[in-house]
Amino acid sequence: MITRRIQYEIAGNVVGPFLTSLDKWRKKLRPKKKGPKKEHPFGPPLESVNRLKDIMTRYYFQGRYADGAVPVAWVTSGFPVEIFRPLGFWTVYPENHAAICSVQRVVPELSDVVEKEGYARDLCGYARADIGSVMTGKTPVGRLPKPDLLACCTNICQTVLYWYRALAEHFKIPLVLIDTPYVYGEAPEHHRQYVKDQLLELLEVAQKITGKTIEPEALAEVTRKANIGSKLWGRCLDASKNKPAPWTGFDEFFHMAPIVSLRGSDECNDYYRGLAEELEDRVKRGVGGLKKETHRLMWDNLPIWFNVRGMSDLLAQNGFNFVCTTYTNAWYEAGKVIDERDPMGSAAKAYTHIILNEDLPKRLSLMKRLAREYDVVGAVLHSDRSCKPYSIGQYDLKDRLQAEANIRVMVLEADHADPRAFSAEQADNRLTAFMESFA
Amino acid sequence: MTRPAAIGVDVGSTTWKAVVLDASGDVLDRIVEIGNPRIEEQTTKNLAVLKERTGAATDIPVGATGYGRKRVAASRVLTEITCHAKGAFRVMRSAGILIDIGGQDSKIIHVEPDGRVRDFAMNDKCAAGTGRFLEVILGRLHVSFDDAPALAARSMRSVAVSSTCTVFAESEVISLVAQGESVEGIVAGLHASLASRIASLAGKFANGTSIWMSGGVALNSVMVDAISKAMGANVRVLPEPQFVGALGAALSVLP
Repeated sequence: MITRRIQYEIAGNVVGPFLTSLDKWRKKLRPKKKGPKKEHPFGPPLESVNRLKDIMTRYYFQGRYADGAVPVAWVTSGFPVEIFRPLGFWTVYPENHAAICSVQRVVPELSDVVEKEGYARDLCGYARADIGSVMTGKTPVGRLPKPDLLACCTNICQTVLYWYRALAEHFKIPLVLIDTPYVYGEAPEHHRQYVKDQLLELLEVAQKITGKTIEPEALAEVTRKANIGSKLWGRCLDASKNKPAPWTGFDEFFHMAPIVSLRGSDECNDYYRGLAEELEDRVKRGVGGLKKETHRLMWDNLPIWFNVRGMSDLLAQNGFNFVCTTYTNAWYEAGKVIDERDPMGSAAKAYTHIILNEDLPKRLSLMKRLAREYDVVGAVLHSDRSCKPYSIGQYDLKDRLQAEANIRVMVLEADHADPRAFSAEQADNRLTAFMESFA
Repeated sequence: MTRPAAIGVDVGSTTWKAVVLDASGDVLDRIVEIGNPRIEEQTTKNLAVLKERTGAATDIPVGATGYGRKRVAASRVLTEITCHAKGAFRVMRSAGILIDIGGQDSKIIHVEPDGRVRDFAMNDKCAAGTGRFLEVILGRLHVSFDDAPALAARSMRSVAVSSTCTVFAESEVISLVAQGESVEGIVAGLHASLASRIASLAGKFANGTSIWMSGGVALNSVMVDAISKAMGANVRVLPEPQFVGALGAALSVLP
């Protein structure tokens, strides 16, 4: 235990930072390419990218040595993670890890393994990638620490329940479920109480596993930090209300990693403070995410992780920028509700009112607000084969948005994780036709 | 002969089409051929033929559309959505709903009164409800694309084919044949099945606006009737429906 703890501390505080600086030196020493620079439609890269890489590299590197050193919890993206922080848990986000698997295009390989075990290809690509990674030990991040506790919240989908049950059976460890009733309009008091009661039960389990007692002050403090972090993330997103937007929606997808994985930590907040300042500085200087932003769009649903580069290039070449996305906005909407004065009660409210747990009128109203505030001329609704709760109702949302927000809207069929459920040529053709319709 | 002013090439997944226009946008000449996977070769050969036949200058502007559009050395490259809308508007001069059943995609395009594309709907990633659906199933029945309309028209009874998924429909049709259903009846059922898929895609657009049809499948009168029936409205086939995309591509580069 002590040796492991030393390994863990050295990995996080010595080797991790050393590896990231080594990588920077390697880049500096790499001979510069000769010949004329290739023209591209993007503005100068964000300097914060380097810090983002540092943080996430260190996070995954230190995570390799977390099990045995500190308690480890695997959690869903919409889980009230604040409760775990004061107890010293290392948290792993299988969804974030699966997104990395998708970017690295290893989902088909991992999925093949679980499909052979009887899991259907219609199951969420994240779940297939995660279970495949657990079964094979293969991961682009080196190693994921073995969990002591699994924690899932149904506010993003019901799939997580079955997915985490499979993990619980594999690891033979406890699974805590936070069940959030679907919200029509506003969650009634008894729904919030029901969720709060489950959070209190979670607290009991987490304390039992760690053998520690959570101090109310510590819980209030981490809640305060999570609230600040979410607001800082919101400030970064708000920067795109300016014209031109200082970054692209595709940038947002990658820069959201800390607010998902490190919410409630100083590291997360320091990062977004720096990013917000950089973005606001770009706004002042008129520097855009694109050299020439001609059309501003909204994106709905998860990104097509394995094709972010291709889509980003196609849109940017034509001056189209996703200046807002319902997905990246979700981490702002929920986090700003949690309140240090009532950590449990406010968490119950915040985590129940997650976009995927809310009815279509709420989603329509959010999208209309984003369309207005970010002054977009169109929207692309990603009908995501892997994420049915996010995709259901999009054809109705399309019609209503077109009529009520007076913007052009298209539905794009794809998948957030599995390239086998995606046809690049067809997607390219539909997006190009959509862009041409603005001519 | 009027002087050629622009050429439009439509490299579809099934056929290669091109038109030559004069300065006023009237068609002077045209070519349609089965598509060759060697797109550059087929395009070079056919453009040379068209230029020679019409006396067009070697540097005449060329607009390209269709799935193979990026393989054409053209002055402007546009998707078939935009080009079919341009071509249809040139002929109809009004707002309307255009149905184009292509080999790989079926498109429903809402053309605005000024000719711009207001909205469009297409089949999902799979080939359900596209020309490929007809091609594959007709192949299984040993019926040629050209003979299908007459065969369907002869049928006394349309046999229900419930699936527009090409793979599922193929196995469904094999079962129907095994059950002793007539080929004519199955062919008629295929038409009805595809028409119903198109009608469901087009349904939300078609509120009293006139409905047009372009593309090779529009030459199949039984299919046009089936779509009219499924949509409960008269579908008008545009003149020379196979060339509507190429016409739009040529119009996009007309000086």
